[in-house]
Amino acid sequence: MDFQIIVDSFPKLLEGMALTIEITGLALIMGFALAVPLALLRLSPNPLVWPPVYAFVLFFRGTPLLVQIFLVYYGAGQFRPLLQEYGLWAYFREAYFCAVLTLTLNTAAYTTEIFRGAIQAVPHGEVEAARACGMSGWLLNRRIVLPKALRLALPAYSNEVVFLFQSTSLVSIITLMDLTGVARVIVARSFDVYEIYITAGLMYLAVTYGILGIFRQVEFRLSGHTRERPDGDATADPLKPFG
Amino acid sequence: MFDLQGYGWMLWDGLQMTLLVGLCSLVLAILMGLIGAWGKLSENRVARAAAATYTTVIRGIPELLLLLIIFYGTPTLIQGIAEDLGYDIIVDFNPFIAGVLTIGFIYGAFATEVFRGAFIAVPPGQMEAARAIGMSSVLAFRRVMLPQIWRFALPGLGNIWMVLIKATALISVIQLEELMRKSFIAMGATKLPFTFFFTAALMYLAITVISMLGQQRIERWANRGIRRA
Repeated sequence: MDFQIIVDSFPKLLEGMALTIEITGLALIMGFALAVPLALLRLSPNPLVWPPVYAFVLFFRGTPLLVQIFLVYYGAGQFRPLLQEYGLWAYFREAYFCAVLTLTLNTAAYTTEIFRGAIQAVPHGEVEAARACGMSGWLLNRRIVLPKALRLALPAYSNEVVFLFQSTSLVSIITLMDLTGVARVIVARSFDVYEIYITAGLMYLAVTYGILGIFRQVEFRLSGHTRERPDGDATADPLKPFG
Repeated sequence: MFDLQGYGWMLWDGLQMTLLVGLCSLVLAILMGLIGAWGKLSENRVARAAAATYTTVIRGIPELLLLLIIFYGTPTLIQGIAEDLGYDIIVDFNPFIAGVLTIGFIYGAFATEVFRGAFIAVPPGQMEAARAIGMSSVLAFRRVMLPQIWRFALPGLGNIWMVLIKATALISVIQLEELMRKSFIAMGATKLPFTFFFTAALMYLAITVISMLGQQRIERWANRGIRRA
């Protein structure tokens, strides 16, 4: 073990981690924004609406992320004249744009499926009660269905966030300098395979469990109404009058 | 657009390699999963800690990085040890073996959780009864546990298989000639990247869809004779 190389290359690895987190964050925010409407459309009874969403989800969940990245990054080249005509070639030429676009669509597909399950798990009685109060359509979704569904989806969604965070390492294959990319370059120069890769691995490990910790905290905050009161007030839970 | 210009057979070869490497990895993952689950449920504190470390570390590190560590790290490690012993050798690691080891090792961690759940699902009284009539723990495990856990483990293992087969695409990074790598070569020769990667994507999709249907049938077969709630 050569500890000097770890110390020397640590700032560069940190820069790589910054790009990894940046790409993860961008894809997460845009993927989430896509997934909520897509999940609602996926559950539409209209036979012109749900099949395209179903096909989108099946394609992105049924094929490897690496194929999807190559399909966008290299595949765009096949449509270069068309893309140039619409002024889009400047974007598709950039590995960064292709990486964020692919990861966004990929996480949107997985998240759509998670939210679909969560929306279906919202107790029917709550929806009925809301309808009885006169809510319908967007108001019903906004006030009752979505808040409940998002809370139900949180454990599965936290797993998806971790998977996406780790999948971003694939962007190093299309030349981006994320944590894995930086580590590969340093190893190619110094041949210190173990020192660098294990350091990078530990950095991924730390952030992964950091993310999981944050989600556990959020879950705890959002489930306050289901816990017993800390002062042990027995009246708080009508089902346990003498607890 | 789907004129593959005579490279179709190459993708077909790649698909077979993908399936082969996937199946070998699945076998290794199942073995690792059984060992891991045994460790997690063991009374031995060291075995428990080892199994917990295994699943924690594997699930926290990206697959690509683990693949690079195993593929480039193992020869360095062996050469280093040989050098210490006074030998000068050069080890060339086969990408197939490196790929199977990495993917099997990673998905073994996920299989560990699946088998742990399956072991717990078998009523403990059955193992106690087997021990009471004089079977050794290994014999009781083989005769009582193993035949029953598959039914509980099948849904989880089916999901692992479908994620695992997609993960094999990564092995193309270390030049194994599977579906992704073949598509890449075909792209280089024909300058038709979208055509080939889209064909490859459809092939992966076909594997996924066939696996989904197969999983339903196997589960129905495994649950024959079980009363449904």
